[in-house]
Amino acid sequence: MKKRLFLVPLVGLILAALVMGGCGHSQSGTITEGGSSTVQPLADKWAEAFMAKNPDVNIIVQGGGSSAGVKGCAQGTFDIGAASRELKSSEASQWPDLVVTHVAADGVAIVVHPSSSIANLTLEEVKNIFANGSNDTWTVISREEGSGTREVFEKKVMAGAEIASNAEFLPSNGAVKQKVASTANAIGYISIGYVDLSVKALSIGGVTCNKDNCRSGSYPVTRYLNFITKGDTEDLIKRFIDFCLSSEGQKIVEEEGYVSVG
Amino acid sequence: MSRYFVDRVSRRVVYIFGVVAFLILVFIAIFILKESLPALKELGIVNILFGAKWYPSKDTFGILTMLAGSVVTTLLALAIAMPLALGCAIFLAEVAPPHIRNIVRPAVELLVGIPSVVYGLVGMLILCPVIARLSGTGSGSSVLAAAVVLAIMVLPTITSISEDSLRAVPARYKEGAFALGATHWQTIHHVLLPAARRGITAAVILGTGKAIGETMAMVMVIGNSPIFPASIFRPARTLTGNIAVEMASATGIHESALFTTGLVLFILVLLINSIGLLAYRRRA
Repeated sequence: MKKRLFLVPLVGLILAALVMGGCGHSQSGTITEGGSSTVQPLADKWAEAFMAKNPDVNIIVQGGGSSAGVKGCAQGTFDIGAASRELKSSEASQWPDLVVTHVAADGVAIVVHPSSSIANLTLEEVKNIFANGSNDTWTVISREEGSGTREVFEKKVMAGAEIASNAEFLPSNGAVKQKVASTANAIGYISIGYVDLSVKALSIGGVTCNKDNCRSGSYPVTRYLNFITKGDTEDLIKRFIDFCLSSEGQKIVEEEGYVSVG
Repeated sequence: MSRYFVDRVSRRVVYIFGVVAFLILVFIAIFILKESLPALKELGIVNILFGAKWYPSKDTFGILTMLAGSVVTTLLALAIAMPLALGCAIFLAEVAPPHIRNIVRPAVELLVGIPSVVYGLVGMLILCPVIARLSGTGSGSSVLAAAVVLAIMVLPTITSISEDSLRAVPARYKEGAFALGATHWQTIHHVLLPAARRGITAAVILGTGKAIGETMAMVMVIGNSPIFPASIFRPARTLTGNIAVEMASATGIHESALFTTGLVLFILVLLINSIGLLAYRRRA
């Protein structure tokens, strides 16, 4: 009799594994989305709104970073991968069937402590500050190597120059914002969707960092936020992306502090 | 069904569980090694171990600065934690009356249960600003902040093993010392501490293993700059932090180089813990 007691947890485990395994599949009715931490808050809202209209649909939103989004989509972990950058050439050649859809746009704000007397810098000045690194004048806060936000910052601001190794490297928009907000001489960069009163977004070359200037392209550090799918997407996935691109979906983009497209 | 049958079956089952636990270690080791191979082949172990520059975008992967970062923060943390832990252990084993001991000991042990991220948060929001004000520059993310947080985190490990070792000293040693006219403090200093030496050494080494593997709290307070720790008021990066900060967005050789960082860390911790366990087993 006692021997059977061993079987109870065993059977339970097997059952649990079966049930969980069943959920993981992308059957009709479930979409798994994941990747960029910049896109995540937006994807959460889209999923919420879409599920409210389609009660039978279940959308799972995960983080992980842009590269994880691309890789996850290519390898089938995610139905939709989120990336706050374009595909790298290495990714495009490794997985040629990936399709990129611009679902929103975003500005990268250069932020300083609210008490700072500086309100405007040129691109060149920002570049020099980040290339020279932390010193008595500035505490430079950057994102980690491989971050989508860092990639667009390097492309549009650094233009080939390296961010100094003695800068601080923090792994998320939220962490950079917190650090800048608590350090008097800090300078960092975060997605415009994360900017609030705890930090001050600098004008670049006289152009204010706001959504209108990002949309018009006069603010220089902007990028697209992307959904990445495999070529032959299921109907449901297509319907979800169409919803994100619809006027209703783009209204959510604006409400969340990002820049709408189309 | 005889009770001997049940006996045999349960013995087999727990035997299997034991083997599984060991196999998990082996599989993890093999997995890390396999994932490290591309970087090891392409760059060579010497370039990775002794390279002082970490620029993944330029395919430069040297982890020497982080090795230094891990070692320096750990040593500084031990320098802070050891006097505290030893004092606490002596207090608990010899000085404290039972009712105070019953409060202090569980409190120290509870420190183990606080999640790493909470230590990091407290360090980031309270300790870093204080250090920034002390040093007059920077954000306070620094080797010092990391070492202080680490010291608190390893305190319970070192304290409780040291206390156990002090208690394990045979009572006749102490009685002998008293009989010779030694005071309580003389007895602690000249008899108990030397007799518990091995156990205390083991405690410190096990604490070292824990300190060098700590990740989340480090990422939050050390600033993660891949540079040599030139000053305790300046940022640095640890081996663990290197993996945690960059893994999510790494691909290709960069990812493999991060696994190599993990391999180095794995071997380091394995060595430290083995030495610690040996010392612990051999204590008097």
